[in-house]
Parts: sequence; C-alpha cells; structure tokens
Amino acid sequence: MISLLQVQDLHVAYISGAGKVSPALEGVSFDVLPGETLGVLGESGSGKSTLALALVRLLPGNAEIQKGAIQFEGQDLLRARPRALERVRGARIGLVFQEPSLALHPTIRIGKQVSDVLAAHEAASRAARHQKTLQLLREVFPADASRIADSYPHQLSGGQQQRVLIAQAIACGPSLIIADEPTASLDPTTQQEILELFRMLREKFNLSLILITHNPPLLAGLADRVLVLYAGKVVEIGPTEQVLGSPQHPYTHALMQSVPPGLDEPAKDRKSRLRVIPGEAPNLAVLMNGCRFESRCTDRMEQCAEREPPAVAMSEVHAVSCFKYGE
Amino acid sequence: MRYFLRRWMQAVFLLIGVSILTFLFSAIAPGNYFDEMRLNPQISPETVAALRAQYQLDRPLPVRYARWVNSLLHGEMGFSFANNSPVAPLLWARARNTLLLTLTATLIAWALALPLGIWSAETRGRLPDRALSGATAALLVIPELVLALGLLILAVRSGWFPTGGMFSVGFEILSPMQKFRDVAWHMELPVLALVLSALPILVRHVRAAVAEVLDAPFLRAAASHGIPQRTLHYKYALRAAANPLISLFGFSLGVLLSGSLLVEVVMSWPGLGPLLLEAILARDLYVVIGGVLCSTIFLVAGNFFADVLMYWADPRIRTGAAAK
Repeated sequence: MISLLQVQDLHVAYISGAGKVSPALEGVSFDVLPGETLGVLGESGSGKSTLALALVRLLPGNAEIQKGAIQFEGQDLLRARPRALERVRGARIGLVFQEPSLALHPTIRIGKQVSDVLAAHEAASRAARHQKTLQLLREVFPADASRIADSYPHQLSGGQQQRVLIAQAIACGPSLIIADEPTASLDPTTQQEILELFRMLREKFNLSLILITHNPPLLAGLADRVLVLYAGKVVEIGPTEQVLGSPQHPYTHALMQSVPPGLDEPAKDRKSRLRVIPGEAPNLAVLMNGCRFESRCTDRMEQCAEREPPAVAMSEVHAVSCFKYGE
Repeated sequence: MRYFLRRWMQAVFLLIGVSILTFLFSAIAPGNYFDEMRLNPQISPETVAALRAQYQLDRPLPVRYARWVNSLLHGEMGFSFANNSPVAPLLWARARNTLLLTLTATLIAWALALPLGIWSAETRGRLPDRALSGATAALLVIPELVLALGLLILAVRSGWFPTGGMFSVGFEILSPMQKFRDVAWHMELPVLALVLSALPILVRHVRAAVAEVLDAPFLRAAASHGIPQRTLHYKYALRAAANPLISLFGFSLGVLLSGSLLVEVVMSWPGLGPLLLEAILARDLYVVIGGVLCSTIFLVAGNFFADVLMYWADPRIRTGAAAK
C-alpha cells in the first residue's frame, strides 16, 4: 500500500536568541498508511509536540526545520508555499490540541468557529455552511448540537471543548488527523469517551490518525503501530502488541515497567512500589556521540557511549535502535 | 441590563460630583467678573455692588449652587456676564464644533492605529516594527503645542491649508456641497494635529495587545485549521485583544478632547477651547462651569460607549453580568 504520509530524516532544532542550537528532533523517519492509526509514545521533552507542529509547518518562530522531507499526498510539505500549506492544514490534515480550553477563541461562538474552518476551504453560501456546521456538530454531539453551536467556549466542559476541536479537525474531510495528547487534561471517564469518539470517526471517515501521548495504555486497542520517541530520536517502532507487549528497546521496556497496574490486576501487584526510570532525560543542547539513553540504561555496553546505535530490524515491521540486537 | 443601570448611576453621580467641585473651586479662586469694574473710576462702588447683587454673586455658595441646578434643569446652565446671555446656547454652538473635531480625529486615529499596530505586531523585531517604534517614539516626545504650532507654520509657509477658523469668507453663499468641502478643508490641519498627537499611544497599545495574543494557543489552533492569515490577525487576534483596546478607546476620547481644546486655541477653531479660555480670563463664572461640565459629559459618554462596546464584544462579561 502507498503510504499517506512519509517522514524522512526530519531534523528540527530550537535556536535561542543568543544563537544556541538545541535539537528537538534528530533524524525521525516513519510513515503512515491510509486508514492506519500510529501511536507516538514519548515523555515530555522527547519532541512529540514538536513533531506534531512540524508536520503541518506551524512551529514557533524560534524553531527551524534543518533537514528532512515530509511527503503527504504527493507533495513535499517542507517545500510547499505558504498558500499551499493553508490548503493542506484543516482541509487534508486536521490537528487536535491538548488544551481544549486554550485552543478555542474565547469570544467567538462555537458554531462560528466551526463554520470559519469550512469558510477557509470551501466556497459555499452562508446557509449551506450553517447547515454543514450543525451536521458536523451532530457527529460529536448527537443530542444538543444547536445549543452547543450558540455557546461560547467558557460555557462548555473540557470534554465538550475537545469534541468541538475534533469537529473542527474533521470539518473539511481530511485524510489525516494529528492529535497531540488529546486527553491529557481530561478526567478518566471523559478520556474514554473521547477515545471512543476517535475510534468511531476513524471508521466512519476512513481517517488515518497520529495519536501522540505519554501514556502507553491509551494506545492499546486503538493504535495499529507504535513509535517510541526518546530525546528526539525514534528508538523503537512496530505493531502495537509487539512494542507494548514485548518491548525490545531498554527504554520502552523501562517505560512499560513504570506504568501503574490497572485495577483489574491482582492486589499484590498493585501494592508494590511503582518503578521509575532512574536518571533524567539528556540535555540535547550538549553534543552527544552515543545512544541518547546510554546514561540511564541498565543494559549499556561499551560502544553505547561512543556511537549511535543503528535501527535493527527485528522483523519486517518491527525496528529497534539498540546495540543489543546487532550492529 | 443591571450592568448598564449601574454604569448610568455611576455617570450621574460623577457629573454631580464634578459640578460641585467646579463650583467650589470657582468660589475659592480669587476675583470675579465685576472686579475689573472697580478699577474704572467712572463706575461707582455702589453700582458694582448692585450688579453683584443682581447676579446673586453675594449669596452664599449653597444657594448659588441650588439656583444654578435649577437653571440647568430649565436648560440654561446659568448666565454669561460677558455675553449677556444664558450659557447653554453659547456652549452648545461651540460644543458641536469641538465634537466634530474630536470625533473625526478619533475615527481617523483608530482607523490608522489598528492596521499599523497589527503590522507592527506581525513583524515583531523586524524592520517595519522597528521603523514604526522609532516613528511613534519620535511623535510621542513632541508636545501637542509644538506639533500644532509646527503645522501652523507649515500652513502659513505653504499656503496649502487655511491658517485658522472654520469657514472661509463668503461661506453663507456657498452650496451645501461647497459648504461641506470648505469645513472639511478647514478641519484638515487641526484634525491632523490631533491625530498625530494621539496616534503614537494608540499604535503602541494596539501592537502590545495584538502581540500578546499572536502567540496564543487558539491562534495556532485556528492556523492549523487553515484559516488564512488575514482572518487570523484582523478577526481572531483583534477580537481577542479587544478588551484593553476598548478601554483605551474611552481613554483616547478624553485625550483627544483635552488635546482638542488646546489645538482649537492655537488654530482659532470656534470650539469650546477658545470660549473656555476667554471665560477663565474674564472670570465668566458660569461659562467656565458649563464648559467643564460639558467636557465631563463628553468623557463620561465616551466611557459609557466603551462599556457598551465591551459588553457587546465579550460574552464573558455578558454572562457574568447576567449571572449576578
């Protein structure tokens, strides 16, 4: 199958006012197939939000895409003109942000904010746009779409605001949705509802989904494949069951160990102390030769500090960047 | 509705307070209109005393205030000694001209300040922003008076603008269209002086308010939906930055009004400015009080208008007020 999105060797760095360069993404490569859901797993500072913004070229002014290629539906987004990008954003790629309360304009009605997205991409009469807005809102609020349309953001709950953002993201029938921690600020019940909504919309509109999170259990049962990001590098990528079920990279392994056990697991497991990964994520502004995880790794070997481990194919679909599995 | 009721009450109390204060200050200020007559040997002290009594200037302050309020309610606002007529019609003719100048200048200043401020915020730290910051800083340090005088010199030297007044000679025989153009021509210079004096402050505030929201997450979210930059900056950013700017709008009316009084005197525009100046010099008590009250009414009305705008622009105030 031809991939929908193909990212190759993406390098992004933040440049401070004094000219100091801090890399955020270093050589990230992956692809997304049509209709596929890719989970991106990483702790804060791993570069996962930078990745989301880089894909639609909305990085803040102090960030710079240094090299790489982003092929999406036959065009290289890194070479696209601003006008062409405006036609991709919202129309072909929808973004869902992590703080729904901050991602909606505080003084414009919900219905207007949704129909503005339509107006940006489609020439239609005001009445037709209004109809389509209500129809979109009904996808995410089956019961009271018109009341929501007349509301202002501050009158809605966090979960409702997130649903509005999702309605905006799917408004123009995109082929790809990028959701950056879409449930991070929501309570567990609402989290489940939002994930269920993603699952439903994905089927209904045949969407590809990039789901970015720090929370592995979120991806189980939702993502087809998982990409693990550590300090701006892809350390492991493969089918969800394999990456989460039998993690191969020492970092992924340690990460899965530090997930709190669910309530359905035996009580004695729950009483043991939660494991943490010792040490801290490296400061990327300092130049490093070896593996980014070397200082915290329990399996480290001599060459780990000297040079970077290459990606090793465990199978046709599963790759790990670690010397444990060969050169 | 209670929101507006409360604002109205505040405005009314403010006006009462200002009228009492101006009365008090005018009583404390030494001298009165008839003092100059005492220097004239042909007028006997008895005549002066009789005049004072006739105009009730010898009565105690509270009585004078009560009589003035009474005349205010009858639409007269006291009596002008120098013009020998009730104050209200005098003020009204002049206030209209001041209002014409102030409102025109306000509209033009804001119509320029919004795009310039947004442009400056868009290009933060780059050349257009730096050039605008330099220009506004330069304008900011020039006092209004110097600005008005400078423009007047320009008018005299170049002959492009009239050097003062509001009408040309023979205004009465002009057609309505010609009358309009004649007044507009006479307005150019004073309006320019006012706009130049208010513009730097407005541009700087618009820039600051818009720059603050340009980095807001909802603008990035809107950009991620492909909403074009024009809409983003002129609609989304401006609406989010509206609250401080609306407050500034009320304030700018006050700045332009007080600026207008000065510019009118320099450019001999027949507004409240020259009238007030003459009245103060002549101790024409009730004209001074009326003029001060008139300016206060403008200011209060401007701020009330800003409150209404704010209520209209920000649903959080609206629902907050409804919840109370």
